Amino acid sequence: MILLATNTPAPPATWYIIAAVAIMFTVTFTLRALPFAILANLRGSKFVNIMALWMPAGILGLLAMVIFYSTATDPATDLWKLLVAVAVTIASHLLLGRRTLVSIGLGTVTYVILVNFIG
Amino acid sequence: MHKESLAHTSPLDYRREIRTGLKLGLGPGLGLFPMGVALGLLAVQSGLPGWGVPALSTFGYAGSLEFLMIDLLMTGTGLLTIAVTTFFVNFRHVFYAFSFPLHVVKNPIAKFYSMHALIDEAYAVTAANPTGWTAPRLLAMQISMQVYWVGGGIVGVLVAWTIPGTIEGLDFALLALFITLTLDAVRTREQLPSLIIAVIAVFAAALIAPEQIIFAGMIIFMALLTIRYFTAKRKGGLYDPAGN
Repeated sequence: MILLATNTPAPPATWYIIAAVAIMFTVTFTLRALPFAILANLRGSKFVNIMALWMPAGILGLLAMVIFYSTATDPATDLWKLLVAVAVTIASHLLLGRRTLVSIGLGTVTYVILVNFIG
Repeated sequence: MHKESLAHTSPLDYRREIRTGLKLGLGPGLGLFPMGVALGLLAVQSGLPGWGVPALSTFGYAGSLEFLMIDLLMTGTGLLTIAVTTFFVNFRHVFYAFSFPLHVVKNPIAKFYSMHALIDEAYAVTAANPTGWTAPRLLAMQISMQVYWVGGGIVGVLVAWTIPGTIEGLDFALLALFITLTLDAVRTREQLPSLIIAVIAVFAAALIAPEQIIFAGMIIFMALLTIRYFTAKRKGGLYDPAGN
């Protein structure tokens, strides 16, 4: 009765998924394992320490903005619906005690309802 | 008496250590499992083949990045961008080595696995419980966490397969996830400059290279952050979190 779209996009090529997963494995493993080998040098590096302290907020924020940008510039997107769902997500997270699953759930449900039931 | 004290110093009680490890993994597992279900659901709804989810969660194994990877894969993002994104998103892991008790693990294969499975949650548990780690305890904790994550992903794929068609708008979950992660990272005013620099980087990237916005955005962000570091250093406004 509801919400059903028939246009599932074509899946990416198998080799491409495998290559991406292999890259993800290699880069992530290197980041996790290499410091055990060169621990002493890294620990003393003020630059690396401070960058690691500063990076998460910016990188995560950058990704949030990029995802927002790519959704907002999609012609099929109604900007106001997207903004309402973003506001609900932020408000839920700040007002309901930073429970990640709750915030994501409320924001997503809001967006799904707006997209499917509001013209 | 003598016998009893011998029993106490006997080699590792494996079953007990494994039980303790499983117990420590349960708390994070309660978060990992539902997130895994969401990942599987979203992946299949987005058009990724079902096998891609356990493949990502087994070998990629990096929560938030896996969600992002669904989007990157579905839009056919270049492999270099995938590598750069992985590097910057997971860079924080570089610091987990400082206090993670890897030294208790002797077997090379187990050691390899323990480093591979060094996710945020595993690090958090060892940081919260700094003492008493043994190889079976650590590995039981890490393996159980990955089982929750991969298992949740498979459940999500199965759920998605039982739903006919696709639910429009469900992919908003990815944006919502990164919004909450950003809000959690920016808890103090000290973190605000990084966020502002990221805003500038995104605008610059959108103007200069809209087709490569993630790649360009991250490079510009890191460049600006490096400038910030050296500016602050020259002005003497830096403090060192490691206390050096």
